[in-house]
Amino acid sequence: MSELNYNATELMIINAARMLKDGDVVFVGVGQPNLACNLAKRTHAPNLTMIYEAGVIGAEPERLPLSIGDPSLVSGSLSVVSMFDIFSLYLQRGNVDVGFLGGAQIDKFGNINATIIGNDYVHPKVRLPGSGGSQEIAAWANRCYVMTPHQKRRFPEKVDFLTSAGFLEGGESRNELGLRGKGPVGVVTDLGILEPNQDGELILTQLHPGKSAEQAIENTGWALKVSKSISQTKEVTQEELRILREELDPDGIYLS
Amino acid sequence: MSKLTTLKNAIAEHVQSGDTLYLAGFTHLIPFAAGHEIIRQKKKHLVLARATPDLIYDQLVAAGCAEKVIFSYMGNPGVGSLRLVRQAIENQELEWEEYSHFGMISRLQAGAAGLPFMPMKQTGATDLEQNNPLIKRVKDPYSGEEMIAVPALRPDVAIVHVQRCDQEGNSQIWGIIGEQKEVAFAAKKVIITAEEIVDENVIRSDPNRTLIPGFIVSAVCHVPYAAHPSYAQGYYDRDNNFYLEWDKISSSEELTQSYLKEWVFGVKDRNEYWEKLSAETRKNLEVAPSFSDKINYGRF
Repeated sequence: MSELNYNATELMIINAARMLKDGDVVFVGVGQPNLACNLAKRTHAPNLTMIYEAGVIGAEPERLPLSIGDPSLVSGSLSVVSMFDIFSLYLQRGNVDVGFLGGAQIDKFGNINATIIGNDYVHPKVRLPGSGGSQEIAAWANRCYVMTPHQKRRFPEKVDFLTSAGFLEGGESRNELGLRGKGPVGVVTDLGILEPNQDGELILTQLHPGKSAEQAIENTGWALKVSKSISQTKEVTQEELRILREELDPDGIYLS
Repeated sequence: MSKLTTLKNAIAEHVQSGDTLYLAGFTHLIPFAAGHEIIRQKKKHLVLARATPDLIYDQLVAAGCAEKVIFSYMGNPGVGSLRLVRQAIENQELEWEEYSHFGMISRLQAGAAGLPFMPMKQTGATDLEQNNPLIKRVKDPYSGEEMIAVPALRPDVAIVHVQRCDQEGNSQIWGIIGEQKEVAFAAKKVIITAEEIVDENVIRSDPNRTLIPGFIVSAVCHVPYAAHPSYAQGYYDRDNNFYLEWDKISSSEELTQSYLKEWVFGVKDRNEYWEKLSAETRKNLEVAPSFSDKINYGRF
């Protein structure tokens, strides 16, 4: 088999898609998570239900939405409800299996910062968009996934601001609060996959083909541990790339 | 009783400098026409609340109308940063108050229901709570569990754009219904702008679709295309190109001010604004119809 060419974004989306299970109810974000969910639905998870934070349930958009509130999400969906309903009846009540999280920083314990860079909230050096729905998704979705390029500045030992909870201080700190969701159970980067160990510390559990643990360690802001049973992610397939490039993002809006 | 009036009159009469405003709509039906009218009338010191400030609050901030923003996600949806609000915050020129989406929406729900606050379950993410003294803890009186509380938000004026309403303001919305109903009930006054003003019988033919009753509405304005560059489900599409273009415009003070001069101060009303858009843009925003199946309410 000849070797396929693909970029880091495609690699992350394909690996995130594989983490979804058939039948999952997924809280979808725009951009890369949206592509991952639609890819999963067209491959191994045809019974995926996609929920958008704008209040759309069972969306099957005919075009790639630019925004999270695109009209194409509504037409042909199963239900459209208010934002209060989405966050209370669906998320807080525990009706969401999977959430995708993003942010500028994710730390050793999977905590996420999407609020400010630096430690001064009142005089922010760099102001980021803020939580949106991610504070609640991180707490209440059964499982959360993160897709992010593997760069030191994105992986500090501790986030500048705790926008969304991962495993907090590690150990039992998340469990003690009684948050219903399991937290960030998978972080997909362009080098591999990090998963929490028993202490809630993210460790390297899988590497993409051709990538090394040294690369991952070098690009992480804390002393990244490597799992004893580290494995390699499955090769990207031609079919996965075809669906992504030809069906889901033919204009290369998110894939380039 | 008809509450029909022009948008100009409605803003002049009901919006005062210093008011707390909520221009409703999660991506959908954002009342841009009303925002532009507020800029034209040079209202000042406004407190602008919106879960997602969107371009309309970027423009109001750029025009010097705002003293403070209350928000839960400050971005240009699908594009990136909301440059002007962000810059004003980073430069300490604008006060702000921040929540998560659920916190923001719960504030409206409390305001709408006449409750002093809403409880929410804990999320473990405590940094926002530590920086916003209005986010507090309460104890569930039944289990003793510690909960998060956010106070009711009661804007002075809510502005809601709807697909159709009658002349009293009985308003129907379909598509993404975000927080429009909650905002309308939470506010002291409600201004409705509508794509279409229809006969009361049209509203009565489908009562389940009415989210806002006329009796809480102060003014009704017929303003087609009032949401552009946002959209109205079934009427016209979201102008994604403009959202992308705004990213460039808002990166320069000069371009921003010349945009306001040309597209806000340079037009009399929304009709002139819409006519000023290129024929190609208007054509691109047209949507093919897709009707729901009829439902039978029965004759009793």
